[in-house]
Amino acid sequence: MGLNHRAGAGAPAGMFHPSTFTLDNGMQVVAIENHRAPVVSHWVWYRVGTADSPPGKSGLPHFLEHLMFKGTEAIAPGEFSKIVARHGGNDNAMTSSDFTAYFQNIAKDRLAMVMEMEADRMANLRLDPAHVLAERDVILEERSSRVDNQPGAMLHEQLDAAQFLNHPYRLPIIGWYHEIASYTREDALAFYDLWYAPNNAILVVAGDITLDELRPLAERTYGRVAPRPTPERQRLVEPPQLAERRIELAHERVEQPSLVRSYLAPSHATAANGRAHALEVLAELFGGGGTSRLYRAIVVDQALASGIGAYYRGTSLDQTAFRIYGSPRGEVDLDRLEQALDAEIGKLVADGVNEAEVERVKSRLIAESVYARDSLTTAVRVFGSALTTGSTIEDVEGWPASIAAVTKGQVEEAARELFDRGRSVTGRLTPARNGSRPAPDAAAADASTG
Amino acid sequence: MPAAALAATTAPGSAFGTSVERVLTPAGLEAWLVNAPSVPLLTVACSFRGGAAADPAGSEGLSRMVAGLLDEGAGELDSLAFRTELEDLAIRLHFSAERDALAGRLMTLNENRDRAFELLRMALAEPRFDAEPVERIRQQITSDLQRRRTDPNTVSGRVWFAHAFDGHAYGRPAQGTTEAIRGIEVADLEAYVEKRLARDNLVIGVAGDITAEELAPLLDRAFAHLPARADLPPLLPATPVTGATLVTPMTIPQSVVTFGLPGIARDDADYYAAYVANYIIGGGGFASRLLEEVREKRGLAYSVYSQLVNAELAPLWLGGVATRNDQVAQSIDVIRGELRRMAEGDIGETDLANARTYLTGSFPLRFTSNESVARMLVGMQVAELGIDYLERRNAFIEAVSLTDVARASARLFAAEPLFSVVGDPLGLDDATRLSPLVAANGNGGKG
Repeated sequence: MGLNHRAGAGAPAGMFHPSTFTLDNGMQVVAIENHRAPVVSHWVWYRVGTADSPPGKSGLPHFLEHLMFKGTEAIAPGEFSKIVARHGGNDNAMTSSDFTAYFQNIAKDRLAMVMEMEADRMANLRLDPAHVLAERDVILEERSSRVDNQPGAMLHEQLDAAQFLNHPYRLPIIGWYHEIASYTREDALAFYDLWYAPNNAILVVAGDITLDELRPLAERTYGRVAPRPTPERQRLVEPPQLAERRIELAHERVEQPSLVRSYLAPSHATAANGRAHALEVLAELFGGGGTSRLYRAIVVDQALASGIGAYYRGTSLDQTAFRIYGSPRGEVDLDRLEQALDAEIGKLVADGVNEAEVERVKSRLIAESVYARDSLTTAVRVFGSALTTGSTIEDVEGWPASIAAVTKGQVEEAARELFDRGRSVTGRLTPARNGSRPAPDAAAADASTG
Repeated sequence: MPAAALAATTAPGSAFGTSVERVLTPAGLEAWLVNAPSVPLLTVACSFRGGAAADPAGSEGLSRMVAGLLDEGAGELDSLAFRTELEDLAIRLHFSAERDALAGRLMTLNENRDRAFELLRMALAEPRFDAEPVERIRQQITSDLQRRRTDPNTVSGRVWFAHAFDGHAYGRPAQGTTEAIRGIEVADLEAYVEKRLARDNLVIGVAGDITAEELAPLLDRAFAHLPARADLPPLLPATPVTGATLVTPMTIPQSVVTFGLPGIARDDADYYAAYVANYIIGGGGFASRLLEEVREKRGLAYSVYSQLVNAELAPLWLGGVATRNDQVAQSIDVIRGELRRMAEGDIGETDLANARTYLTGSFPLRFTSNESVARMLVGMQVAELGIDYLERRNAFIEAVSLTDVARASARLFAAEPLFSVVGDPLGLDDATRLSPLVAANGNGGKG
């Protein structure tokens, strides 16, 4: 059961030529044809994620994601994945801040079966208390693997919490340890009843299938699930950031220091006038790969860093972050690296960008988007994450054209608005001597007070 | 409700129709091709036998450093010019060092494929190894090695290999050591290219929108210049040590465990039976016994798994689990108990039938991207499976009987695994405790 973090490079989309319709109960259906092998990738996306956790229950949507494998009246606990496997399929699920998604990759002639099973657990989940408790322990172990064993992940978690004072993007997708430990069966079922309904879900199927073939199957399975009113996703609003924030995690298991600078940024859903597309071009131009401005200046020319890069992902229902990551080279001090970074940002904002580098980056982004078609699941993930974060099919299909339309002036304007230290968080990961920080199992101790 | 889901299973999917062509070039090179015209691009996977295991003692990480530098400038193009051209043409060229091979991968859109193959030729024939990229890549590798010294997953695996293969090439860190990387000179890199990238240790797989006639001259352009024979050191087979539990102390809330045993070779008559046995014990995700017993029933771990590793010099069966420190002893007990059940032949017809339908039914899922197909074509040639393997493969699985699985399980799981635990585990009183520093330096086997 994966977690889909907000940070990270998004795959470019476009040219998938999907077809779509909406069932009478409000569930949107999207089909993307790919006839390369007699298989399909079948996904259901719910418009709910960790940012919709009830107060004090951070990560509850991820817990529910795990519990969705614990059975219905028709399917015994733990049998869901085994049935899929017996039919030659793989299945799993993932949770992000904004969505929860379930999938099976399977032979085309088994599609009707998995649709029936997925539609069944949309409405008929049954939870045995013993299974709920064992799964809570599994999630605590998952949290240890993903976060508490990894200082870099601990810094990332603290960075999100510092970036968002009020908006629930401050919450770890997996949840805080002590809040995970407090989940009950009733919490999970109440959340399920509130959010899981066909009108709050999107079906996306890619593979050896046409919409005409998919339609009757969808009507016969998901189409029979009754719609129910689900809440509007009204998250707490982030107040204006008035002060720069800085955090430092000194940890005895850090051997290589690193730096991250995070700026609040609009997403595709919140931005106007193509600003998100301009930010995508900016991220690539400034910190995307081995010929970007940052890499050339700081890694190659000044030899101050072993690596540096920028990430912006605009598929987010509310405002997101534009982030720059770097690690110093050899004994170079973090302050020195940070000064060099600020100098490059200053140069970009003061002198702007040149027409040629903007055109170069745009052509590359558009050409690279063809690679997204060499995969069964990339298109599904692009549509699923877009449609659950306020974008439309037309937005995705129009992405190459939108990138092509970005001007030098828009990139410069986006940079000027973005790079305000007063709206940033700087995170530093540094080595510590033994005993200079709380023991790493402090999280476990917190649980007893939660 | 889902009646179909509960019905007895038959083999899913229709007959699988991907055909593999043998491409012979005018210069005498061979490549295997799957023509897939649906998207106007292609992927080339190539593999030079050798890899980290063939790096000389004292030069651990040499293959990795070469891999990192082949796309950092070649011919008349310095690093920046080379990388700029790759990016401007959306050509993806990447090399990586594996335990048994140096692997290359080229992906290009059709419109740029002539230039893509020319850049591949330059990378293999005329890498520049200029001072700036050499020092930059050297520093990136040492920085990564330094960072991983305290990564429990890395340390757990490294200690396992160091102890299991003490004195053998597999016991040396495949990712390199800081000292060795610091000592590598440009002459070593040049000698590597001259001696270890040759035609007799090369296999090539191609998938995408290209015909055999179009591909042949491009292959000659990229590879025909290579010397006929590679100069590789003798690569001697080995058998991993079994039956010990090693603990590397680290202050973390969750212990990370690597465990393993000798595997069964790819060309062994029991290979497919072993493949089925591994699916049943730990290869089958939620359908596997380890996940059922460790995670589903007891909530001891998020992840527990096993796999057969077709390492050329020592076939392996390897697994992993991560469990809270106070429960790691219990997890290991559960794992040992499940392996014993397998060794004793406690395997039913249903286990076999479920494994069979999954392993045969899921095979077509591997044919959904050029990259996956090209890699598979390389693997088929390395293991000498024959060009018609894709058509025959499911029959090998279907032919495995319960007796075969029991026999393979008895062979695989007769010995006690070697467990490498990193963390602060309670219990495990009979374990050998290594010193943290020794383990982090990759010499855990001497502890």
